[in-house]
Amino acid sequence: MLKLTGLSKRYDTGDLALNDINLTVPAGQVMALIGPSGAGKSTLIRCVNRLVEPSTGAIELNDQDITRVRGTKLRQARRQIGMIFQNYALVERLSVMENVLSGRLAYVGFWRSFLRRFPASDIQQAFNLLERVGLQTMFDKRGDALSGGQKQRVGIARALMQNPKLLLVDEPTASLDPKTSRQIMRLICELCREQQLAAIINIHDVVLAQQFVDRVVGLRGGELVFDGDPKDLSPDILTSIYGEEDWSVVDDDNEDAEPPAAASVDIAGAHP
Amino acid sequence: MPVKHVNNVPVWQRREPLKQYAIWAGWMLGGMLFLLCWKVISDNTIWEFMYDAGTQAGSLIGRMIPPDWSITGSLMVPLWDTINIATVGTALGILIAFPLSFLAARNTTPHPALRAVALAIIVSSRSINALIWAMLLVTIVGPGIFAGMLAIALRSIGFVGKLLYEAIEEIHPTPVEALSSTGAARTQVLAYAVWPQIMPAFAGISVYRWDINIREATTLGLVGAGGIGLQMNAAINNLAWAQVATVFVLIFATVIVSEWVSAKVRHAVI
Repeated sequence: MLKLTGLSKRYDTGDLALNDINLTVPAGQVMALIGPSGAGKSTLIRCVNRLVEPSTGAIELNDQDITRVRGTKLRQARRQIGMIFQNYALVERLSVMENVLSGRLAYVGFWRSFLRRFPASDIQQAFNLLERVGLQTMFDKRGDALSGGQKQRVGIARALMQNPKLLLVDEPTASLDPKTSRQIMRLICELCREQQLAAIINIHDVVLAQQFVDRVVGLRGGELVFDGDPKDLSPDILTSIYGEEDWSVVDDDNEDAEPPAAASVDIAGAHP
Repeated sequence: MPVKHVNNVPVWQRREPLKQYAIWAGWMLGGMLFLLCWKVISDNTIWEFMYDAGTQAGSLIGRMIPPDWSITGSLMVPLWDTINIATVGTALGILIAFPLSFLAARNTTPHPALRAVALAIIVSSRSINALIWAMLLVTIVGPGIFAGMLAIALRSIGFVGKLLYEAIEEIHPTPVEALSSTGAARTQVLAYAVWPQIMPAFAGISVYRWDINIREATTLGLVGAGGIGLQMNAAINNLAWAQVATVFVLIFATVIVSEWVSAKVRHAVI
């Protein structure tokens, strides 16, 4: 499905953000990408849809090399790849419906999209998706009238409007409260399984990742340092990804059914 | 470091002492320059004229009151011309400034060379006052309303273009990134991610410029570019101060109305 070969990215500043990444994501697999801030997680997923140009290496999507495609070819590649953002990236002054329909821009011409005359099937799909993400009554609200969780649901619907084969998800829960974070992660992972989408999810919350994904990949300093089952994330491996730290709380969380809520209550209690 | 130790206790100051003295010296020099300029201006003023300035102003206002309302009817057509010069000139200016601002904004320009050209047009339009544009245009296209409209348009290009391209450069980049990543074409990204973000600024800038242009159009008649300024100039030359007062009152009323309209438009859009 997605195959990265020897992918490296050196920014103009000289920083090597990615160093020789080799990674294959099969269809239908939900993969979490973890690692400390600055490890290159965002750069990696932005290289996949070419928001960032990779320096060397190759990106193959469904056996098609998209590393150097330009113009129409690039847009055709991008429309197969949905993207979900940490800060939702909605157009706040447009309505929910317009934001969702903007996922279809690559499929309709300029004037049709400018005049908001999308094909009836697109509008039907938008209503179905809004219902699926639980916002069926909100279609006429303006983007800036929504809460964070609702904005992220609109972001998810916009990405799925593309009928993508692959989802790139950049810190989907970093700006959300713990409960909404779980709901959003569950929704993304359910949708991926329903539609057999491959997904790469950048995420800081290791516990949350373990709860929902099929596979975890660890990045450190632009290099792949772990690739395996979420259950195999031991304190040693977490140390190899993030550096030395007491990981015992994370361990307890794994065994407990509902530990994160308990942990946050403790923290809240410590600072009344 | 602006920290000194007194009895081993660190005392923090905003600046290093030397830098602080330099700043004081700078203020002192600035103050001295101000006083010097004041003295030069005073030396070049003929104060004898100033002694009776109050009486002069009083007598001028006395001759203006009451305004000569009998000419109001004959001023309606020039006033209508003035409003038209401002409105059509603003529209024309916006029409040219709008594409220009997308070429001039760093984040939407197709090429740095085009950006340089667009910036050059905006700067040259801004550097010349509407009245000077009108003087030039009267010699080129002849006196009248058309010269006035072009003058207003040429001055508005720079104003609207500059403020609009700054607004474009200040948009949130993430929606642009998001829509680019869906595979949308450049024009679609402009229409869906950029335009909604600059639309309130665009409306505000446009009505603000129209508001300014109403006031500028009242002076264009002084150089023969049409509008109520011609009547005002004639009245001043005839020392018909009561008629001048009527013109003032009409201009004042028009400006009030234009302020009200632009406030309404801005309120409706934001």
